[in-house]
Amino acid sequence: MNAVSLIPAALLWPAAILLAMTSTAMLVSRDWRACVGALAAQYVGVFVMVAFNWPLELALVKMIAGWMTGAVLGVAVITAPQSWREQERSWPSGRVFRLLASLLAGLVVISLTAPGVALMPGLRLAQMAGALTLMSMGLLQLGLTAQPLRVTLGLLTVLAGFEILYASVEAATLVAGLLATVNLALALAGAYLLIAPTMGDVG
Amino acid sequence: MNAPLVWIAVPALLGLVLFSLQPRPRLAAALAGILAAVLALAAWQLPLGKVITAGAWSFTLDETLFVLGRRFTLTDEMRPLLTGIYALAAFWLVGAAAARRGYPAASLALTSVALMTAALAVEPFLYAALLLEMAALLCVPLLAPPGKPVGQGVLRFVTFQTLGMPFLLFTGWLLAGVEADPGNQTLVLRVSILLGLGFSFLLAVLPFHTWLPMLASEADAYAAAFVFLMLPVVVILFGLGFLERYSWLREAPMVYAALRTVGALMVAVMGLLAAFQQQLGRSMGYAVIGETGFALLALGTPGGLPIYFATLLPRALALAVWAMALQIIHEHTTDLSLRAVRGVAQKLPLAATCLALAHFSLAGLPLLGSFPPRLWLWSLLSGQFGWMVIVSLLGEAGLMVGGLRTLAAFVSGFDNWRPHLSEEPWRALLLATGVAALLAVGLFPAQFLAPLARVPEVFVRLSP
Repeated sequence: MNAVSLIPAALLWPAAILLAMTSTAMLVSRDWRACVGALAAQYVGVFVMVAFNWPLELALVKMIAGWMTGAVLGVAVITAPQSWREQERSWPSGRVFRLLASLLAGLVVISLTAPGVALMPGLRLAQMAGALTLMSMGLLQLGLTAQPLRVTLGLLTVLAGFEILYASVEAATLVAGLLATVNLALALAGAYLLIAPTMGDVG
Repeated sequence: MNAPLVWIAVPALLGLVLFSLQPRPRLAAALAGILAAVLALAAWQLPLGKVITAGAWSFTLDETLFVLGRRFTLTDEMRPLLTGIYALAAFWLVGAAAARRGYPAASLALTSVALMTAALAVEPFLYAALLLEMAALLCVPLLAPPGKPVGQGVLRFVTFQTLGMPFLLFTGWLLAGVEADPGNQTLVLRVSILLGLGFSFLLAVLPFHTWLPMLASEADAYAAAFVFLMLPVVVILFGLGFLERYSWLREAPMVYAALRTVGALMVAVMGLLAAFQQQLGRSMGYAVIGETGFALLALGTPGGLPIYFATLLPRALALAVWAMALQIIHEHTTDLSLRAVRGVAQKLPLAATCLALAHFSLAGLPLLGSFPPRLWLWSLLSGQFGWMVIVSLLGEAGLMVGGLRTLAAFVSGFDNWRPHLSEEPWRALLLATGVAALLAVGLFPAQFLAPLARVPEVFVRLSP
């Protein structure tokens, strides 16, 4: 791990707040542009969190890979806009419900943050809070939806939270590369699932 | 030359290159199948890390490849595993090439297999979780073909495979602590829980099994069979790697008790669920989960490791036959419900017969391929864990009832039947060969299963 981080610790709490805002926006918003934009902003927060433990260039890989996942998903929705519209109509729960659910998840995060730091001493309180926020909001997203874009966003959010935790215990280049590839592969799989129904049957 | 380059990089890249032959999916699948067969043959014949002489020239297949400071190692002891994995892939790809319309993403299966092989070769081996995730994601185009609505099964498959990965990666970090302080029971418990959750997600262990029957009922049966054939095998090999490496895990009786109990419950519950199924795809899904249960039961039984490897051949044969027959039947019916397939044996006698036989084989019917390993396991279990024999027999009985219901639907409403063959010649040949092989394995288990039972010698510390 980095003995001296280039990221000041004072930036960690603003990053955690950014992560809470972006993950809530993804859960509540009905506009795919807002969701993909929030995903891109989320990776800025993840970058700050991870750069506290990792070399800056490795942390940048995470942010750039995250932005690429957003771009891949955005292009997929533009290619097949009806897939989003049709599915969004069947989105079962209202915004208020989702907001309340995210508040409940927030309570869980508050109660788990301090014990979490006790288990992983390499992490700051803000990093644990940010990671748990992302994981709980991602799981909430997964629990509330069956749409390819939302499922992909949920999985990317859970993984982003996990990556913050994992960055404090593992800083190998191969892991960083493989995790970035997994993120991209997940986005490509999600994009494929979005456009597959509109593609001509090959064969 | 380098073994990881030959068995990982080459098939991974060629799978992607062949994907560009999408307008001709059957050709791509055939070429991928030939390559997989060549790799299986090479793994069988060529020693690794030793000088190989061919006529005037000689070369060595180095065992290790360094990538970004980490090692990918394929040792000479792993050759039986490599042979088995690529033979399975070739077996599936040949069937994919014979399919009427082909599978546009079949060649990606080869890339997926290469990633699974990389998962077994990577050091530190916990990075395998990431490679397995990528291999699973590569299966998505296979499971959700273009032009068809995306089912919930494939979304759940992606979700569960992705959620399993972090648990296994975290385990790696905790394992370092356990190695330093093996007496720390709290840490051991945490590692065990994380490991259990990680593998439960990947292997569709109860209660994380829901994606499998959904996938089996929604996706193309033969495409889904690739995931059902390959992924559990590689994930279980990865799991055996844990037992091989960590003595505290290998020597903990609780681990084996948990494997046995979960395995027996899975066999029983899935068998009972299969007995009441109205949809043939879901029946196959439950049978696959039951097979995973049987594998866990074998791995948890003292001396059961060779039995697990002995189950692989009959299981692969039965699943491939079942999936191909199911696919043929689906092409001739509106759906795969028992009502829709009534009397289908009159129209498709070979497919219906082969499906029923594959079903009965996985249910452990005597004289069919899966019976000898089951008998072997039951005889081992009967001494110490008699109740597990009864529980697993209950599951097999449920699967058998499901098979009888399917058979009853197939032959209902028969009148004036005359022998004929409606299936395409290639697929008919593959089905007939598969069933003949199932019967041969059932009738002559010593000839077919004994060599497989020697594969666990790869796991030096686990072998009896």
